[in-house]
Amino acid sequence: MAKSKAAAVELKNVIKHFGEVQAVKGVDLTIDAGSFVTLLGPSGCGKTTILRMIAGLEHPTRGEIWINGRRIDDIPIHKRNLGLVFQNYALFPHKTIFDNVAFGLRYRDVPKAEIRKRVAEALEIVQLPGVEKRFPAQLSGGQQQRIALARAVVIEPDVLLLDEPLSALDANLREGMRVELKRIQRELGITTIFVTHDQAEALALSDKVVVMSNGKKEQEGAPDKVYNQPASRFVAEFLGNANLLPGRIESNGVKLQDGTLLPLRDAKGLPVGTEIDVVLRAERILLARQHPPEADALVVPGKVRALDYQGVAARYFVEALGTTLQVINPIDDLPFPEGAEVLLRIRAQDCVALGRA
Amino acid sequence: MRTWSLIRLFTLLVYLFMFTPIAIVVILSFNDAQFGGFPIEGFSLRWFYALAENDAIVRAFRTSLLLGLLAAIIATTLGILASLALMRYSVPATNFFNTLLISPVLIPETVLAVGLLLFMRWLDQPRSIVLLLAGHVLIALPFVVLVVQARLVGIRKVYEDAARSLGANPIQAFFQVTFPLLMPAVFAGLLFAFTISFDNITATLFWRPAGVETVPTQIFGMLRHSISPEINALGTVMIVITVGLPLLAGAIARAFARRRT
Repeated sequence: MAKSKAAAVELKNVIKHFGEVQAVKGVDLTIDAGSFVTLLGPSGCGKTTILRMIAGLEHPTRGEIWINGRRIDDIPIHKRNLGLVFQNYALFPHKTIFDNVAFGLRYRDVPKAEIRKRVAEALEIVQLPGVEKRFPAQLSGGQQQRIALARAVVIEPDVLLLDEPLSALDANLREGMRVELKRIQRELGITTIFVTHDQAEALALSDKVVVMSNGKKEQEGAPDKVYNQPASRFVAEFLGNANLLPGRIESNGVKLQDGTLLPLRDAKGLPVGTEIDVVLRAERILLARQHPPEADALVVPGKVRALDYQGVAARYFVEALGTTLQVINPIDDLPFPEGAEVLLRIRAQDCVALGRA
Repeated sequence: MRTWSLIRLFTLLVYLFMFTPIAIVVILSFNDAQFGGFPIEGFSLRWFYALAENDAIVRAFRTSLLLGLLAAIIATTLGILASLALMRYSVPATNFFNTLLISPVLIPETVLAVGLLLFMRWLDQPRSIVLLLAGHVLIALPFVVLVVQARLVGIRKVYEDAARSLGANPIQAFFQVTFPLLMPAVFAGLLFAFTISFDNITATLFWRPAGVETVPTQIFGMLRHSISPEINALGTVMIVITVGLPLLAGAIARAFARRRT
């Protein structure tokens, strides 16, 4: 995939106050042209405020926002040429689908015949051709969101901004739309900023995930990097199901509080004796009655305290290493029942050292 | 069962009490008799013809229509602007200004009427048709504001945001999106304002310049001499206008709504 590395969007030390509340606390962000970047975090973390500032719906208290080499934070929203998709679609209920999609083109001096052509193309892209004459209320939620997407991309915006566009859809539809969204974004090669609190969406869609909490960036990087190498306790706990085990670095591993020595591949340069947390993802621990011997792995006994049957997998709460570990394993035959004595295999490569701030 | 039949009876009586006078005016307006009362002597439209030939009434009618239309347009325009300002922008002391806008409803009309007169006296202005119009706008404005605000609450700001993000400036966004969505309230506001102006009498008696009559003041003046059957006919016309207009508007609104779902 050819991708230019030019920064399409740049935030420089952006701060936003709402009265006494500091919603965004000095965020720097660089978004490459053509990439799909997700701002991920719990509600109130500032992700939507950042999107709204890029869109022009909020004005930063301090800092600079640049798009394609142009500083835009003092340019009014209607002169920014951005495509915006909202959580609740925000299609104009009194206009036909055609007029909705054509809306932005009418302010861009596009000749009539071309408007018709481009609207038809946009509807083609979102796979809803021929609905021009209908009104939004005559379409389903998923269809309305596709139209909203068509309306945003038809103006060929510099950046596409998506504010939790999938969260109003029901679960089945959401996954379909997720695939669609990615396809459309790839097809058009449009720089996209996506805001969500849903980690599955973020991991599935993004070239880069920016995890935020409390108005600040916690970590940014490729989805697998952020998921597998969390840089902070917050990221480790927010993404997926992680076990955090406190311990102290030794020359050959990490000594946990119950005395077990956990193998560790990368101590991240932390000196022997440092108190750290080890992040151990629930799906990286393997449960079995017995394990073949393996280098760089630890096998410890445990007892299933409870389980949470999820169909393809089960989430176990296993008493081991002097604590209760979460373990998510696919179900081969039958899930281990409550009270089962099992052996847990923990590999060195799955133990991530996390220094304490 | 007994309670229900009692309630039914009461309901019936209340409705009778409310509507009999109106029904009588309408019925008597078609009475052929010389005097405006019972017995009914035969069906006739002669009092309606007489109305149309009565210059004073026709003049009063024109005045009322013009006044009502202008008051409706001005009050609705002001009401929309005020509601937008209060609800879409962060105006300091929003509640205070809101109450101020609504207050003409709460103040007794006589007080309001005298107040405006004194104010005009202080400004050294004579009683004029402009003053009368301003007064009617004042009385109608709270109703428009209430209706428009109620509707505006339901129009999410995100529609305007969407329009703006697509390249519409604030004024274009308003006329393309907010205003069409506000249309039912605009209609309702216009109708409210028109009807309120059209049948206002108390304040109008204070404010009208010498020689200017509106339909209600004309009727009031005529009643001082005698109860002419023409008054019944005039009453019927007023009922048709003030009841018929909203019904018509409602039907139009429903027809529009049906087209979209």
